[in-house]
Parts: sequence; C-alpha cells; structure tokens
Amino acid sequence: MEPPLIEFKDVTKRFGPRTVLDRVNLQIYEGQVTTIIGLSGSGKSVLLKHIIGLLKPDEGTILFKGKPLTTMKKKEKAASLAQMSYMFQDNALFDSMTVHENIALPLRETTNLKNAEIDLRVTARIEQSELSDAADKYPSELSGGMQKRAALARALVTDPKIVLFDEPTSGQDPVRKNAILSMIAQYQRKFGFTAVLVSHEIPDVYFISNRILALYDRAIVFQGTPEELENFDHPFKDEVIHSLEGLQEELTGLYSKRQFKVLYQVQLNQKTFGGTYSVVVFTLEEMDVFITRLGHEAAQEAIRRMGVYIDKHFGAIGGFSTRRYTNEFVTVLPNSDLAEVESMLKDFIGDFREKGIRGIGGVSIKHAASEVCVEFAILAGISQGKSIVEIDSVIGSAKQQQKEIARIRCDVRR
Amino acid sequence: MALNEDGQSLQKSEARWPLVMVLTRPFAAIGRAAVLWSSNLGASAIFLFLAILKIFRPKQVSKIIQQIYFIGAKSTMIILLVGLFTGMVMGLQSYLALAKVGAEGALGTLVALSLVRELGPVLTAIMIAARAGSAITAEIGIQRISEQIDALDTMRIDPLRYLISPRIAASIISFPLLTALFDIIGITGGYISGVLLLGANAGTYLHRVQTSMEMKDVTEGFIKAIVFAVIVSTVCCYQGYFAHMRTDSHGAKAVGLATTSAVVLSCVLILVADYVVTSLLI
Repeated sequence: MEPPLIEFKDVTKRFGPRTVLDRVNLQIYEGQVTTIIGLSGSGKSVLLKHIIGLLKPDEGTILFKGKPLTTMKKKEKAASLAQMSYMFQDNALFDSMTVHENIALPLRETTNLKNAEIDLRVTARIEQSELSDAADKYPSELSGGMQKRAALARALVTDPKIVLFDEPTSGQDPVRKNAILSMIAQYQRKFGFTAVLVSHEIPDVYFISNRILALYDRAIVFQGTPEELENFDHPFKDEVIHSLEGLQEELTGLYSKRQFKVLYQVQLNQKTFGGTYSVVVFTLEEMDVFITRLGHEAAQEAIRRMGVYIDKHFGAIGGFSTRRYTNEFVTVLPNSDLAEVESMLKDFIGDFREKGIRGIGGVSIKHAASEVCVEFAILAGISQGKSIVEIDSVIGSAKQQQKEIARIRCDVRR
Repeated sequence: MALNEDGQSLQKSEARWPLVMVLTRPFAAIGRAAVLWSSNLGASAIFLFLAILKIFRPKQVSKIIQQIYFIGAKSTMIILLVGLFTGMVMGLQSYLALAKVGAEGALGTLVALSLVRELGPVLTAIMIAARAGSAITAEIGIQRISEQIDALDTMRIDPLRYLISPRIAASIISFPLLTALFDIIGITGGYISGVLLLGANAGTYLHRVQTSMEMKDVTEGFIKAIVFAVIVSTVCCYQGYFAHMRTDSHGAKAVGLATTSAVVLSCVLILVADYVVTSLLI
C-alpha cells in the first residue's frame, strides 16, 4: 500500500502551559479531499499550520511521503513544502495590491516566467474564479465572497500538488458557501491536487470529502469516509457533529441526513396502510456543464431551488426529503404507491420548469458570453418498499431506475 | 517580624526569604530588563545581517527603487523645509552672537561645519525616522498581524528578502543623498538670514563656507548618514516585523505601540550613535 502523503506521529503542540494538540496521529492520502472537522478553537488551524511548516511540533514527527521532515536536508524539505499552497481563513490578501497583483505575486517572486506568461496564467485564474470585473480592484473594495475567491485563485495559481484550506467558507451565506466548496471540488478533480480542508461546516463539507478526520479533545478521534462517520459511536458525535449540524440543511432547507433517518424510522415503523412506502431519487445531471457556463453560485442556486421545490411538493403531502450527495436528493413518501408518486412527479416537473428554474444564474450570467444557453437534465427514479430494514436497497433500486424526466433549457440573454 | 496567614511569627529561616526577595526584587527587574534588552539586540543584529545578505538576491532592484521613491524622494520636501529653517535659525543666532565679539566673518564657517558634520545627518535621520520609519513599522506590523507575512512564508517568498532587504538598501542609498540636500539648503538658509536679512558680507560668507570645509568633514557627515540609515531602517523594520510578539499589547494596539517605539528608539539611537561616531572620527 502507498504510504500516506502526510502523516503525523504523536504530534504534540503547546502554547505556554496550554496543550493544543496532544499526541495527534493522522494520515492524509494523495489525490483525496480530506476534511478536518472539530469545534471552533479545537486546534484545527494549528494542525494545518504544522503541515505547511508555519509551526513546529514540540514532540512527535511529521512525515512527508514516509520521510520525517526533521531528517530531510534543507533543500529536500524546501522542495517538499514548495509543493504546498495555503488558503488562509482571513484570506491574507495584500491590501496594497490589486487582485491581479495578489494572484500574480507567487509567480513573480518564485518563478522565472516572463511577464506575458504570468499575465496569461493570472488572467485565466481570474476568469475561472469569476473575478474578471474585480481584477484591478483592491481587496478592501471586494465583498467577502470575492475575497475568498481571490485567495483561492492565489492559492491555486502555482499549480500546487497539495492545497490546504483553512475555513474556506467562513462568513459566507449558504449559496456562496456551497459554491466555494463546489469550486474546490471541481478544481481538485480538474487539477488532481490533494486537498486538506479545515472546516466546521457540517454537513456541507461531507459532499466533497473523501475522508474525514475528527479533532476532539486535542487528538484525532476518527479517520474515515463520511459514510463511516455516520456509524461512528463516540461522544464527539453528540458534542460536535450534532451541535454543528442543524435539523435542516442550510442550503436547501431539506432535512439533514440525521433528521431524515429519525423521521423515516419513526414514520415507517407506524405501518399504517400496510406499511407500504415509496422512495424517489432525484439527480440534477450535467452540473459540470452548468458550472462552466453559469458559474458555481448559479449551480448552487439551482440545487437550492431544486431542494425548495422538492420540499414544497412532497412535504405538503407528508413526504420528507434530504440531500444525499451534492446534486442528488432522496424523498420518502410514506403510504404512497408508485402510481400516486408518478402523478406527483409530473406536477413537480411542470412547476419547476415553469417557476423554479427562472432567473437562475442571476449575477453570474453577466460575466459569461453575450448569449448563454444552459441545458440540463433532471433524472428521477421511483421504487416501492415495505420494510424499513430494506430502505437502503429501496433507495438503491430507485437510483438504478432513474430516467430523464425533464430536460430544462435555460436561455439567458444579456 | 514576618507573620504567616494566621498572624503567627515564622521561623527565622522562613522569614528571611521574603525579606531577601523584597530586597532583590529591583535587581531582578533590572536583570530581566537587561536580558530582554541584550536578547533583542542580538536578534536585531541577526535580523540586520540576514537582511543585508538578501539585498544581493535576484529580483531586488525594482523593489529597492520603489523604496527609494518612498523613503527618499517623498521625504525631499520635508527635508528642504527643515533644512532651510534650520540654516536660517543658525544664521540668525550665530550672526548675533558673533557680532558681539566682532567675528561676523566666521558666520559661514560656523553654519557650514555645524550643518555638514552634525546637524545635517542628525536632523535628516530624525525627520526620515518620523516620516518614513513610522510608516514602515506600521505597514509591516499590519502585514504581520493580518497574516500577510505568514502568507509570504506559505508561498515560499522569504519575508526578509521581500520586505526588509529593499527597505534597508533604500535607506542606505537615500539617507546620504537627503543629508547632502539638507546641508546645501541649510547653508542657503544661513545665507538668507545672515547675509540678506542681517547684512553680513556675502563674499566673506561664501568664501568661509568654501575654505573652512575639508573632505574629511563631508566624509564624516556621510558616514554618520549611513550609520543612521542602518539604525533607523533596522529598528523600524524590526519593530513592525515582531509586533505580534509584544508582551504589552496585541493586534492593532501592538502595531501602534511598535510604531511609537520605533520612532522613539530610532531618535535615541541616532543621538547615541552620533556621539560614538563623532568620538571615533575626531
């Protein structure tokens, strides 16, 4: 098995008499999105600063590709750390430089590229980050969301192999928060870097994370996938996850996965009408095209509206829904058969096509080409079950039976 | 007699310790201050040494030119004003004093030598410390507390090379030039007040200025200017760079106090260094 890209072995850090990290052990693997979760002030940022070398452990070892950083020669260590980039919680943009100058700075100072080449790369990043109108502005003239995007663009402009994100979504509204996470996920897929996030945005970060590390009481108490975290039995779950995760998801207003589970366990156990229930799995297809054409914020707005419309249509008749993945929703309809659900779906599609999708894009569209036409599909699959035990397989069956129920063409002209 | 919490007298050995501590406390405080002062001095010396080494790294020229513009060119007006009025006051006071002993002819000598050897370098350095030095400390201090310097570290840009070296290099270039400007305008000021306003002989004034000054005097002035440049730039950069490590305050307040400390310390060190350099060169 490949050694972890970064590994902590019994790392301890103290600030005066206060121990912030106590014998921390963790592994971060190449090409994955790893998220470190924990309450505010639990030492997440301190942990991240150890990875990039801004802080040094009092005890323990940090290994990079299986080799301790302390035993590396100066050049080797510098080369290892040079593969990393860091996005600060408060952005740390240079306030006396424009956005363009900020993003160009690492290229100008650490490479021998010609000015024309630097400008080309910076302009490309600015366009990808939807900051074209703000290129000549100073950070103080930008909104919080734009500052985050500028910091993200600066972190990625050198094409790093490892990017560390310290609370990349703090202080953002739900749409922007998910847009930034979506941007990180898209860039990670596109450029293949290893991403390490520090966040307490639960459950939003689950949608983009391959692995979760839970920092609790100065140590890492869990390492695994978001799915494995669901079955993790530890005081951390009650004290941290349940306190950070509301009953409803911030972006869509749908039930959180935990509340969704509670609801179906209570309702489906009542077994009225013979205990039959139906499950609908919705997927918004071609999100990458959508993002490319209209931007991340517009894509998150589409997801938000989809959630709102699902809740509006199915909540009114006793259904309850949750978001399973970034662009996938599950609705459980107790006491409903397949024929009823199909009829409800038709109403839902008509309404969503007529009202829900209108105006999506908003601000993002004005940055795009003069004529923007986005086409995307909504898939839905239905399945019926009787026993609560088999709900996962019923959801799986609905997913398998998904077919295109609507193709929405969104013509937007400037 | 020392008493314990219950008001009972302590044993002799127990009672002696608090007394010893009370007596030694002032010395302990002096000792702590001395240790802190000497460690800061050592750290400043290393800071200066590393920053000077990094002046000669690539991509420094444009940054040094930018800093020359800020520290040097933008200080020209204030130096002209201070130099002019210093020279005029000297002309005025010296003429009246010399007239009492009938030595008005020595006015040019007095004004020129005072300015070139002492007042020029000292006042120029104090004015730059007040104008540019304070701004340097505040700028670097804010960059420190807003994690911009940490950001440079994470981008593998050496903060000493990027922020400090150009400022030290620019100071070393700007201070002697501004001192020369101060000297010239000061001598002109002495001419205006002594010759044009009070009636001293113009030819004598200019002749005495020309003949009384030797190259040694000019060199001494320039050496002082370079020493002051190193002191002001190092103190101001150091105070800003380590503003986050102050024990008396945090955040914006720390930057404010660092700026005050930088200016005060620069001025004091300029005067101390002036005495030391003068005594060495005389």
